[in-house]
Amino acid sequence: MSGNESPLLEVRGIGKQFPGVRALHDVGFHLNGGEVLALLGENGAGKSTLMKILAGVQPPDSGEILLEGEAVRIDSVQDAMERGIALIHQELNLATNLSIGANIFLGREPRKFGLIDEATINAEARRFLDLVGLKIDPREVVGNLTIGRQQMVEIAKALSIDARILIMDEPTSSLSSKETESLFAVIKDLRKRGVSIIYISHRLGEVKELADRVTVLRDGENAGDLERHEIEHDRMVSLMVGRDLSQFYPHEPHAAGDMALEVRDLRSPAHPKHAVSFQLRAGEIVGLAGLVGAGRTELIETIFGVTHSAGGEVRVAGQKVDIRSPRDAIQAGLALAPEDRKQQGLVLEMAVRENLSLASLSRDQRHGFLNLKKESEISEEMIGKMRVKTPTDRQVVRYLSGGNQQKVVLGKWLAMKPRVLLLDEPTRGIDVGAKQEIYALMEELARDGVAILFVSSEMEEVLGMSDRTLVMHEGRLTGELQRSELSEEAVMRLATGGAKAAAA
Amino acid sequence: MKRILGILVLFILVYIATAVMAANEGAEFLSGFTQENLLRRVAPIGILGIGVAFVIITGGIDLSLGSMVCLIGVGVAWLLTDVGWPIWLTLSMALLVSAAIGLFHGTLITKLNLPPFVVTLCGLLMYRGITRGFTQDQTAGFGTEFTGLRQLSKGEIPVPFVEGFQMPVPFVLMLVVAVIAAIFLNKTVAGRHLMALGNNEEAARLSGVRTTALTILAYVICSVLAGFAGLLHILEVGLEQPATAGNFFELFAIAAAVLGGCSLRGGTGTIAGVVIGTALIQLLRQMITIVFPRQQSMEYLMIGAVLLVGVIADELVRRAVAKRRAARIG
Ligand SMILES: Nc1ncnc2c1ncn2[C@@H]1O[C@H](COP(=O)(O)OP(=O)(O)OP(=O)(O)O)[C@@H](O)[C@H]1O
Ligand SMILES: [Mg+2]
Repeated sequence: MSGNESPLLEVRGIGKQFPGVRALHDVGFHLNGGEVLALLGENGAGKSTLMKILAGVQPPDSGEILLEGEAVRIDSVQDAMERGIALIHQELNLATNLSIGANIFLGREPRKFGLIDEATINAEARRFLDLVGLKIDPREVVGNLTIGRQQMVEIAKALSIDARILIMDEPTSSLSSKETESLFAVIKDLRKRGVSIIYISHRLGEVKELADRVTVLRDGENAGDLERHEIEHDRMVSLMVGRDLSQFYPHEPHAAGDMALEVRDLRSPAHPKHAVSFQLRAGEIVGLAGLVGAGRTELIETIFGVTHSAGGEVRVAGQKVDIRSPRDAIQAGLALAPEDRKQQGLVLEMAVRENLSLASLSRDQRHGFLNLKKESEISEEMIGKMRVKTPTDRQVVRYLSGGNQQKVVLGKWLAMKPRVLLLDEPTRGIDVGAKQEIYALMEELARDGVAILFVSSEMEEVLGMSDRTLVMHEGRLTGELQRSELSEEAVMRLATGGAKAAAA
Repeated sequence: MKRILGILVLFILVYIATAVMAANEGAEFLSGFTQENLLRRVAPIGILGIGVAFVIITGGIDLSLGSMVCLIGVGVAWLLTDVGWPIWLTLSMALLVSAAIGLFHGTLITKLNLPPFVVTLCGLLMYRGITRGFTQDQTAGFGTEFTGLRQLSKGEIPVPFVEGFQMPVPFVLMLVVAVIAAIFLNKTVAGRHLMALGNNEEAARLSGVRTTALTILAYVICSVLAGFAGLLHILEVGLEQPATAGNFFELFAIAAAVLGGCSLRGGTGTIAGVVIGTALIQLLRQMITIVFPRQQSMEYLMIGAVLLVGVIADELVRRAVAKRRAARIG
């Protein structure tokens, strides 16, 4: 801020109460023109709530918002857009049955003779897609795109509003590293053109690269701010968590036990030409690395019976099993925590406890009747272990913060105590404190003899947590790295299709 | 309880209003006979409503209920009197046909991924058509026979210490169905799975829920209950025309389910709500008959309007409850 000039945006004393949850209490911050402000905080700290208030999605209970020093009321999303504020939501909000162009201009369709002007939509949409580096036809239906590309469409949509203040709520959580790079280029370019950006992320490396300033929330209150030169990993973490986190990756290599999972020449329907084989032993934690789109999710979904395999066999504990559905897989002792929590992991209208017990209901049943006692035990245990922030276990999952929803999905599968645990991006959108809890839990399960295969796009996590790493590229398994051979370069070389360097 | 509060209040209000208006007109409403009649009429639609609630909870719909009532109701009378089958064989056949139709609907909807609306619309046309075919469009009925079997619908159970009112057997049968259905939905694993798949089928499937089998099961339950309702209906009225038997029953049943809190989006609904919803609809029809006998033609208008009011009231109550909860904690 220079002199007495007021900042572009200032909020003061914002409070927001939900049933049983005080989401925000007396929160304030400011944003200058042409800067990137990172907003940090643990899951449930109130980041998304604060941003929804700014974008006119929900009203605050108290407090004021000043734009260029002038108090304003933001009553609706429309209102916010007119004042130049656009929000990219944490969860995708696209009509998957419509085209990219239709989504970008949804609600603001240009017209010609009273009809929707498709030509303009497509031409304009292409311009914004180019801006985010997405080279696809704007007439393509959104439902056919990968999650990462859908996210880029959301970003293109926000850009098309021509906002002065652009808010991004965890935009990179489902992007590949290449997509992330082009997003960063877009952000830096926008900043140069004087656009202000509020950036929310749990990936502190990104924050370090992008942010001019950092504001941290903890339990719905201001926890502190950092100036550009103060932005360091440990300082951000201690402001967020309120304590220091020592030894982030608890991993200790352990002796692998008996064969738990054996995959022989398995072909996923997405890449039927490539047969994949690998083995997983009890007590092992194996990372499955690769670029987004390498076929990792398809591979584990095929193992789990979500999609029918196009050939090959799966053995669990030495027994050949015929897995045709997730139910068969669960009975064989497998569990899969899927990637897209809202679509695949949660029954949003049901309570936390009901979601946590959903997969184990059949196991714990008593002659077809629900075992409610067991259900409470499970939910109490998992809420405690995963540190799910919820007023009670009867809260409807829809009302939890994004990261806490993710914890519920994981908790559901961990409660199964499976023989083989397949995790697809287990810590996506999860705060540092809880990440460490999840790593500790993985470690604990492995010690108890569970074999764990986890897909991750976060290099640090792969390097930190795996005994062994499998790397995929375009549907092929390009290599396997022992812990001693593990390095970022080695993984990247295999992930981009290169050969494994001669063993050192 | 909260979820059926709105409809319960509406029912009580309409009930009181009917009693007051009937008293003013000098018409009979609070008499034992009228009350018995009301309960008796709640039974078939209530059973249909409970059945269709299962389907609605999965996010589907069944439009064929009225024609099912016709097929099974008229079919039973026809088999017993015109063809001369014994009772046990006729009833087994009715059960078999009902279950087979549910299986047929459910299989087409899950395995071929056909929309429930279309599949059951075809059912609506076909089952009435079949009935009109095998009866050659002739009325079927019992005459003065089968009085024993007809006790299922016409029978009454004396209530101790109450004079001038006896509990109709079909209402008791409906209550039994309701209790079983409620236990199934709320207390069994299959019931919970049904609620889950109605809200998010993908999440349920990945959790090991047999979504296909359960959806088919919902359609089978629905059709079997429709067959049962058809049986009770024919046993009550004694004779029916294949061309008109059960007309509009599906719409009353769906209206009752919606009044009772089933969202057509799937994933929500209570059995108690459906029963009260049915009672409300039948109460309205009775009210028109006894209080406004000259305005019979207004029946559908009234029911439609009340359905709308009911759905709006339900939403308002839900919001008020949420607000009060927020205020209490805040
Ligand atoms: N509509 C709602 N009803 C009830 N509680 C809510 C609602 N929206 C948010 N909350 C609660 O408010 C708190 C703050 O949630 P918010 O989504 O702002 O967190 P967040 O900081 O964005 O977390 P994350 O990193 O997990 O996305 C959480 O405890 C959440 O459960
Ligand atoms: Mg959030």
